[in-house]
Amino acid sequence: MTAMQIIFLITGAILLAASTMVVTARNLVHAALWLIASLFTVAILFALLEAGFLAAVQVVLYIGAIAILIIFAIMLTRRVMQDSGPQTNTQWWLGGLIALALFGALWFILPSVVYPLANASVPDNSLKTLGFALVDMNQYALPFEVASVLLLVALIGSIVVAGDRK
Amino acid sequence: MIPLSWYLTLAAGVFCIGLYGVLARKNAVAILMGIELMLNAVNINLVAFWRYLTPGNASGQMFAIIVFAVAAAEAAVGLALIISIYRRRNTVIAEDIDLMKW
Repeated sequence: MTAMQIIFLITGAILLAASTMVVTARNLVHAALWLIASLFTVAILFALLEAGFLAAVQVVLYIGAIAILIIFAIMLTRRVMQDSGPQTNTQWWLGGLIALALFGALWFILPSVVYPLANASVPDNSLKTLGFALVDMNQYALPFEVASVLLLVALIGSIVVAGDRK
Repeated sequence: MIPLSWYLTLAAGVFCIGLYGVLARKNAVAILMGIELMLNAVNINLVAFWRYLTPGNASGQMFAIIVFAVAAAEAAVGLALIISIYRRRNTVIAEDIDLMKW
């Protein structure tokens, strides 16, 4: 047991507990706060995996934008959705069964797959490599542009859909 | 070093918790939160594979960045739809939104 493994186990336990609270919490605002906790532990996992840029993006984009957007949506739609009463539909047990079955199947498959582990360390200039790959025509410039067009379309689309028509 | 299988097991667990949330929750916003959990589980897997298989290559992180962009677009459009439905029908319960059901 190294220090890294102990940090991973603690982070993973917090992540699983927070995720369980997200799907079971009766009060939706509490569920959103637990979602922020689990997103933050995912950022810690990214830092453990030496992907510092992604850890920062996780905090800025997921916690700073998406989680806040979700909290706004909860508060805008709160009036009819009282926090009393069951928050699950009548087929919740079937959903739990499917989720458990999927986890069982993944658990069963996991040991039998052998991955070609590289056993290399992350180069010092990996962030620079990533930045150049994003704008290099021969690498990922096209997916990058498609992603920005997608974001623009989503922005305009959500304004049109949610906008108040007189 | 942390074994790769630990990351995969953790991500599988988070994905299944998110799947349960999507299948069992009544409130449409809670369903979206379950989807966010599932996307995060996938991102853990992608970054773990990048770190253990091709750390010198940018492709694994690129995948994760595209997933970030798609997740942001999905959250914006999904929440806009929910707010629009709430305005017209005064409900956010997924079972009551059956306009297109025969």
